[in-house]
Amino acid sequence: MTRDGMILGRSGRRRLYNGVFVTVCALATVVALVVLAAILISLFRNGIGAFGFRLFTEDTPPPGGAGGLRNAILGSVTLCAAAMILGIAVGMLAGTWLAEYSREGRYARTVRFINDVLLSAPSILIGLFVYIIAVRPLHGFSAFAGSLALALIAAPIVTRATEDVLRLQPRALREAGVGLGTPHWVIIRRILWRTAAGGIVTGALLAFARISGETAPLLFTALNNQFFSVNLLRPVANLPVTIFNFALSPYEDWQHLAWAGALLIALTVLAINLVVRILATRAKHP
Amino acid sequence: MSEAYVSSPHPLFPHVHVRGQRVERAFRYACSAASLALLGATVGLCVMLVWGGWPSISTFGLGFFTSTVWNPVTDTYGGAGPIVGTLITSAVALALALPLAFCTAVFLVEFCPAILRRPIGIAVELLAGIPSIVYGMWGLFVFAPFFATYIEAPLMSWAPPGTVWERLFSGIPNGSGILTASIILAIMILPYIAATLRELFVSVPVRVREAAYGMGCTPLEVVWSVTLPFVRRSAVGAVMLGLGRALGETMAVTFVIGNSHRLPRGLFDSGATISSVIANEFAEATSPMHMSALLELGFALFLITFVVLALARALLGHGDAA
Repeated sequence: MTRDGMILGRSGRRRLYNGVFVTVCALATVVALVVLAAILISLFRNGIGAFGFRLFTEDTPPPGGAGGLRNAILGSVTLCAAAMILGIAVGMLAGTWLAEYSREGRYARTVRFINDVLLSAPSILIGLFVYIIAVRPLHGFSAFAGSLALALIAAPIVTRATEDVLRLQPRALREAGVGLGTPHWVIIRRILWRTAAGGIVTGALLAFARISGETAPLLFTALNNQFFSVNLLRPVANLPVTIFNFALSPYEDWQHLAWAGALLIALTVLAINLVVRILATRAKHP
Repeated sequence: MSEAYVSSPHPLFPHVHVRGQRVERAFRYACSAASLALLGATVGLCVMLVWGGWPSISTFGLGFFTSTVWNPVTDTYGGAGPIVGTLITSAVALALALPLAFCTAVFLVEFCPAILRRPIGIAVELLAGIPSIVYGMWGLFVFAPFFATYIEAPLMSWAPPGTVWERLFSGIPNGSGILTASIILAIMILPYIAATLRELFVSVPVRVREAAYGMGCTPLEVVWSVTLPFVRRSAVGAVMLGLGRALGETMAVTFVIGNSHRLPRGLFDSGATISSVIANEFAEATSPMHMSALLELGFALFLITFVVLALARALLGHGDAA
């Protein structure tokens, strides 16, 4: 309430502060959305030009030549596939151990904490670690080392998802299994993993979305390759490092390809995240 | 859950009777080995960084953290530049991103029209998953030229000589530098922090908020004295996790920081972060001492992020969202 339009009363002041607060919040949201929209728009505008059939059928060109990203795309798929196999195997078993076999002692708490440390360790340090244990002893950059680095990023995500979703399974399910005289590992494999499948798949998809765009750990593990290769013991072309190299190059064709590659990765990640959302909604309302 | 072994043929799984116990034990060992592998990888990561960095640690000692000389020709290395660069860019990024993320989260929970709430919420969550190299490329090709022309150059010509502003805005107005890197980092962690905060705000029981509204509180008062205190610890933990991301981020920074080992003198000056130095130099490091110095820097980064994560976990408490 204003008196003489000059001095605000107590309730007027409260309303004024609130009005300012609402405006600031709305403005902040607009600013955040505009910036993020600007990024997506420039990604589309710059990437769509080189985005076409050619991108998937031709290998990376020499500067000035025409070409696509076939070798990098297939290399990335190889790396991620190998990493996911390893990451899911280790992650599911470790998550199962934490939820079912660990007896909540100090060791289990340590493992859980260590898993979180690995989960949020800077990815470039994981690259350094894999360089020391898998690149230096084998005398060379290799797709295997790249997959190992990506697997180390994926595994803790899957571990966490598996443990969380196994803990959500009702005790009655386990008791029903025990009541039939079923061995514990059969209960886990044929009852718990099946009822928890949705959550584990979601975790695995999120892990995949995360590693498909990871660049830093590949810089000195998988390195890069100008040519087509799926040999696990040789350096392999991959999208993120190709994007990195091409974007920093002075050649315009390469920069266009880098944008197209970035668009491809962004679209893949968005698609995976959308699938995860749909899965999650369906789990909530069956 | 204790183990349940079979002693008689099982009605559903008769075959497990024979090899049940052996397989049971093998399965449990496999699970336990997997958790041990994660433990080993993390401990190994830490040990390998110290082991690989040992030549540098023993040669330069504590001087490594105060010296800014980084000379591969004479094999003398000091990491003060990148370490300070990492801390400054992350702090500035958090200072820029936090208010925006907080206000966005509040807006989505309290004020947003119902029609827009879901789409904006989903958009923010999806953006949190975009790979950082996309942010880096955008920074290099779109943001840096814009920033140089419309922000850096005018600010530098405006800054009165001899004042703190002149020092703050010194550097080369080419678009890359400490402030550009901080802004790109801020944009990158903004959706992440906003999405986490929004989830926390939604977790406040509706009854509690409605009680406050029922007493005649304005939305500002509800947010400030009810919602925020309710989630305070978790909110700080979530922000720390965002900070951890900024500290370790490589690709969003490497494109735009300018790569110089000096201590940055102003906001527009070029600098380096630990991860950008490693990304730029590790594959080309030829002398063992150079590589060892980079590994020591990596160990410093590991320690910094470890401390931030441990604090975040202590604040979030066990079992909370990460």
